[in-house]
Amino acid sequence: MAADTVDAAHDHRPSIWDWKRWLYSTNHKDIGTMYIVFAIIAGVIGGAMSGVIRWELAEPGIQILHGLPWVDQTDPDAAKHAYNVLVTMHGLIMIFFMVMPAMIGGFGNWFVPLMIGAPDMAFPRMNNISFWLLPASFGLALISMFVPGNGTYPGFGGGWTLYPPLSTSDLHHGGASMDLLILSLHIAGASSILGAINFITTIFNMRAPGMTLHRMPLFVWSILVTVFLLLLALPVLAGALTMLLTDRNFGTQFFNPAGGGDPVMYQHLFWFFGHPEVYILILPGFGMISQIVSTFSRKPVFGYLGMAYAMVSIGFIGFIVWAHHMYTVGMGFDLEAYFIAATMIIAVPTGIKIFSWIATMWGGSMTFAVPMQWALGFIFLFTIGGVTGVVLANSGIDTAMHDTYYVVAHFHYVLSMGAVFTIFAGFYYWIPKMSGYRYNSFLGTLHFWVTFIGVNLIFFPQHFLGLQGMPRRHVDYAEGLAYWNHISTLGYWIAAVGVGIFMLVLIDLFAVKRRAGANPWGEGATTLEWTLSSPPPFHQFAELPVIKPDAHH
Amino acid sequence: MAAHAEVKHDYHLVDPSPWPFVASCFVFLMAVGGVVAMRGVLPASEDPGFWGHIVNTVLVKGKLPLFIIGAAGVVMSAAGWWLDVIKESRKGDHTPVVDIGLRYGMILFIASEVMFFAAWFWVFFELSIFHDVRANWVVPLWEGTDTAARWANWPPPNVETFDPFHLPLMNTLILLLSGTTVTWAHHALQQGDRRSAMWGLLITVLLGCAFTYVQFVLEYPHAGFKFGNNDEISTANLYGASFFMATGFHGVHVIIGTIFLAVCLIRLMAGQFTPKKHFGLEAAAWYWHFVDVVWLFLFTFVYVLPYLTMQE
Repeated sequence: MAADTVDAAHDHRPSIWDWKRWLYSTNHKDIGTMYIVFAIIAGVIGGAMSGVIRWELAEPGIQILHGLPWVDQTDPDAAKHAYNVLVTMHGLIMIFFMVMPAMIGGFGNWFVPLMIGAPDMAFPRMNNISFWLLPASFGLALISMFVPGNGTYPGFGGGWTLYPPLSTSDLHHGGASMDLLILSLHIAGASSILGAINFITTIFNMRAPGMTLHRMPLFVWSILVTVFLLLLALPVLAGALTMLLTDRNFGTQFFNPAGGGDPVMYQHLFWFFGHPEVYILILPGFGMISQIVSTFSRKPVFGYLGMAYAMVSIGFIGFIVWAHHMYTVGMGFDLEAYFIAATMIIAVPTGIKIFSWIATMWGGSMTFAVPMQWALGFIFLFTIGGVTGVVLANSGIDTAMHDTYYVVAHFHYVLSMGAVFTIFAGFYYWIPKMSGYRYNSFLGTLHFWVTFIGVNLIFFPQHFLGLQGMPRRHVDYAEGLAYWNHISTLGYWIAAVGVGIFMLVLIDLFAVKRRAGANPWGEGATTLEWTLSSPPPFHQFAELPVIKPDAHH
Repeated sequence: MAAHAEVKHDYHLVDPSPWPFVASCFVFLMAVGGVVAMRGVLPASEDPGFWGHIVNTVLVKGKLPLFIIGAAGVVMSAAGWWLDVIKESRKGDHTPVVDIGLRYGMILFIASEVMFFAAWFWVFFELSIFHDVRANWVVPLWEGTDTAARWANWPPPNVETFDPFHLPLMNTLILLLSGTTVTWAHHALQQGDRRSAMWGLLITVLLGCAFTYVQFVLEYPHAGFKFGNNDEISTANLYGASFFMATGFHGVHVIIGTIFLAVCLIRLMAGQFTPKKHFGLEAAAWYWHFVDVVWLFLFTFVYVLPYLTMQE
């Protein structure tokens, strides 16, 4: 590697108290940092919402939501609506304002340029608007919770999928909150599309000499596939959202059967975006896990090209399976059969990835540092979520399972134990590089185990609840479901302790200031970011590194 | 490596800029203002004090100040941003490798625009085939689907479509002609013939304006169908809604493309384009061709085919 470490102290790094450094930033690392801070804040807000949800569901009946300050205590419907609003906003916040900003905006911004040997992103100024549109979008979403939604009840409570007629009819949500939410998602979408253009251009145009596509680290591959999905899926959502807006405000009947329109058409448009979206949420995680497993096994990733093209095929197939979210709408058996078959096929490239991670570890010189613990936890738990996904892919079974807690358990295994575990894995892997400090490994390990136990306790019983027929998005449930709901809520408190430990990790990191060297992970860490100082210079690679053909991925 | 390492690459490290942050603030304002205009964020206040006054002036349904300030701010930020880009280009920041990056960026932007129109065509085709069974509450099974028969019911009763071989055909010819004139301008510029390039571009801009005039001023007011109608819900609305959304969004893109080309014309007259380096003009031309192709699809499927089925 040609790049030497640069002494950070001599580099013209503005003070962190200089507000212009952040508001006017054109630096991919600063923008990445803002994304990560934003994701943590949004994650805490979205996580607190799930806390209220679980607290309410700890016992049958409605106990907690009466106590929210903006809920009319004498009106049970107000509490029910508030519950639905919380469920809706929890989903939207975690997807659009926590996972996506953390993975793509945060780690993607920080490490794609570093890993391909580029000095910055292709469009550094556009990078900044990708970030700053997010607080605008998040602000609209939060305001929507407090303005009239359903009658006088505040907020939109129709679920994160925003299905009509709940989202279009004045009978259901005649207030401004749905309109604010529509524009919020428009803006979040614009932010992601601009980001996608930026990443694709950076990866295609700014790789260091010798860094061919087939020598790119798998994390860069994962971001490349992800942003292609964003670029092609989000405009369709923008169209669907615009139709919601005109149905609500300008008298069109796109989704109104009385006028010959069709609510199912909205579902098609939404899931044409929505299914690629779930791969957008997990693919960057796949990339991070590949880097981490390789680093802590001290081996190159097993089957590098297969791993890269498995992600490409997951991305491609992800566009042609969307209606498996809609088996219960009555689309006809031929169509269901197609979507079952296509969905099952995704298990093949996903299996390639799982087995290749295992094969990477096989015979490796493994160490179990904190990032590796999260990575192993991810592989285990994501596989469980994948298996229940294969179950749900069958329309016959899904007809029974649709909208039950089995589905909730499934997608939380792949997201809050899949995507979120990869985010923590990436965080513990890269925070020494980003901050320049090492964390307390004991706290990190404790964070992992407490979270691991907590989230499993939350979500594993939800499989049972789903099989017993407990519907999702309901504030109350039958007495017979109380036991596992109670266990699930206990799990939430454990997971919440885990979040507390994570905050301790952060405080400890910046309070104790243990210096991390350029490469704290040793010879297994072969990608370009480890050739730079920690933290890297404000502008790295003034002289581009040259990649030799035998370099590891 | 020395502390002040000499930069040995041709990438463009952009100076810090206020525009992204400023633009985002105005986008927020515009979004809130849009909701206020359409629906009102808060109900009218009876509080005679300051807050009540503020609410009743800017936050109740139909009030426009927030939206206007937001939209004006977005336009201003965009203008400031692009003026900076032009300055940087003039300064020589756009090296060959940066130029390639700009090309990637423009192509990808157009790709996302294509997907946006995919949503509108999706809706148009789905409605054209299924609106009839839905309005009659028949479960639309795929078995035995006769697409041609379904299509024959499109447009729905009580819709009189435009005669496509009248104004729409003229607009098709206008756009196709403008596609050739922009190519003429581009080739002239490459040959160093700035005078011809200016003529070509000027004619393109005028043709763009002509298209907008024909569509929005001559054609739209005479439509035999409505965009939306809450008072009388019927299938007749479907054709109107999908027609106006698809052609309307296209029309807006024509206006944007015309402005883009007009800016290029001004830059050409100011001598900012050279025979070798004129990516702004090329990007505008790419965008223009994209708008042109979308129109051909609109003309075929939204204007001509429904008209022909109506004639049978």
